[in-house]
Amino acid sequence: MSRIDKLWRDPSLLIVPAIGLLALGFVVPLVLFFVDTFREMGSLAEIANEALTVIASREVVDAMFTTNWIALLVTLLTLVTGYPIAYYLANSQRLRFTLVLFCIIVPYFTSVIVRTYSWMVLLGRNGIINELMLSSGLVDHPIALLYNKLGITIGMTYVLLPYIIMTLYATMKAIDPNFTRAAQALGASRTYTFLHVYLPLSAHGVLSGCLIVFILAIGFFITPALMGGPKDVMIAMLIERQVELMLDWPNAAILSLLLLAVTLALYAIYYRVTDVRRMMGA
Amino acid sequence: MSRKGAIDLRGIIKRYGEERVVDDVSLTIQPGEFFTFLGPSGSGKTTTLMMIAGFAKVDGGGITIDGADVSALEPQRRGFGMVFQNYAIFPHLNVFENVAFPLRARHRPAQEIREKVIWALNLVQLGAFADRFARQLSGGQQQRVAIARAIVFEPRIVLMDEPLGALDKNLRYDMQVEIKEIQRRLGMTVVYVTHDQEEAMNMSDRIAIMSRGRIAQVGTPSAVYERPTSAFVGRFLGEANIVPVTVKSIEHGIAYLQAGEFELRAAARDGIGVGQKVSLFVRPERVSIGGTGGNWAKGHVRRVSFLGSIVRYQVEIAPSVHVVVDVQNLGLKGYAVGEPLVLGWRVEDCLVLVD
Repeated sequence: MSRIDKLWRDPSLLIVPAIGLLALGFVVPLVLFFVDTFREMGSLAEIANEALTVIASREVVDAMFTTNWIALLVTLLTLVTGYPIAYYLANSQRLRFTLVLFCIIVPYFTSVIVRTYSWMVLLGRNGIINELMLSSGLVDHPIALLYNKLGITIGMTYVLLPYIIMTLYATMKAIDPNFTRAAQALGASRTYTFLHVYLPLSAHGVLSGCLIVFILAIGFFITPALMGGPKDVMIAMLIERQVELMLDWPNAAILSLLLLAVTLALYAIYYRVTDVRRMMGA
Repeated sequence: MSRKGAIDLRGIIKRYGEERVVDDVSLTIQPGEFFTFLGPSGSGKTTTLMMIAGFAKVDGGGITIDGADVSALEPQRRGFGMVFQNYAIFPHLNVFENVAFPLRARHRPAQEIREKVIWALNLVQLGAFADRFARQLSGGQQQRVAIARAIVFEPRIVLMDEPLGALDKNLRYDMQVEIKEIQRRLGMTVVYVTHDQEEAMNMSDRIAIMSRGRIAQVGTPSAVYERPTSAFVGRFLGEANIVPVTVKSIEHGIAYLQAGEFELRAAARDGIGVGQKVSLFVRPERVSIGGTGGNWAKGHVRRVSFLGSIVRYQVEIAPSVHVVVDVQNLGLKGYAVGEPLVLGWRVEDCLVLVD
């Protein structure tokens, strides 16, 4: 009786509804989807054979290449733009901090579709950026900023920027300012201090931030679908096409499984990275 | 060529809003001197050090090093060694690389770096720890790394901000001796900040006692201890009797002072007049029970504190006027609370303090 009583008082029970919801809305449909489609396909050997054919097909290889290339590009761009912003956030107070944080958080809570369409207004052939460049004489005919890899990259970089900024900010906030002070007191220039003290101390934040962005980028759908061109097909778009246009559920299942496997593998690395960080007490 | 490492502070001021946390501090620190800023928290001692280091902007006055004004120079261009209270050992570098850091930042050749780092690590007795990381070291060892890192490039001046504050008492004394020994061997100027008066007296050539952003007194440890110029300094540095008295008369340089029913004497000083309320200063260890030395008073024991090597008696000589007397613990029979006593001490051991 008392043991049951104790069990009821365990605060970890509070997580049960969340796990239940996740299982019901996410895990169960996913498993059912895979089981159903694979059962239709026949034996295990047949499935494996089919999977290899699909994965090795020109279309899929192209999509995988595009996906990885764009994800990599977006990761690097978010890092390069996010690092200084995170640094600024970690080193400013009150009003400035709140203002910059506001500018990052508000878009984060706005629908991806809304933000993507806003970018399309800016980047279009007759968009604000092209108009500005034309009128200032920078270019003499409009540049294609949309419906190509450049458009996808710009859009995704913008959407994914908050993730890397918040990860980097958390890491930077934990860096004891005495380390940079000590470096400067001992004769290191600002550049030397940054390269040899600050950057190494924020390195695991860089790694986790990049992993998060990369993981999210490889599964991206809306932004590349709206801002990309007909040749720029990412893996998530391919899955959507298999389901919506081809009605080829087995192929969609195989591709989904592939994407899921890659994502889980990267999450495993991410988990290890953050775990090591905790071990070091930073 | 004269030795290098002289620091000249000329009326430096630091403001935080309306408040002056460092208020018109002027002093000259000699090359090779071990100079300590001592004071309670909030007295401005750390801010003064940060201004010398270059981390706090000087709002008034100036700082010169060997005759050159450095007030506007960035910290990394001042060329000081520095030891922080929390050690600030870089966690991503091992002991060797931590100590090598100032040399690498100065782009010295690899051969020289090796030699210097090994020299500095041996100096702090950490030769065997070169491959370790900070998290594998004890507090005392981390502090040694910080010291080795501060001296490895042989700076003329090393700044230390409460470097022993986080260590336990026994280790602290050993480290004091070690730091002093290193400073003496290398002949560098050390500017040291602490709130621990024993630490300050043990290590320093001179001490500046700070209070509310100003220097209350500067001098050698014995001068500041024996001849404080204010009740604040007398109380802050060790135990002190500050007895409220009234000046009765002044004759031949001797002030006659009334404390309750007793007449006490002390060397007169400028600026005191008959009838003025002042304080009589005498150290507890200079007072003896039953002794005579010119000044004497009778009273009853109010409190007995057993401190190991000494026994401290608080004796009431007049209503709420107390004299504390320290007696060497020689194993003799002590006195109990309420017992009457006669106290005596020499006139030369007394000072008149006004404040």
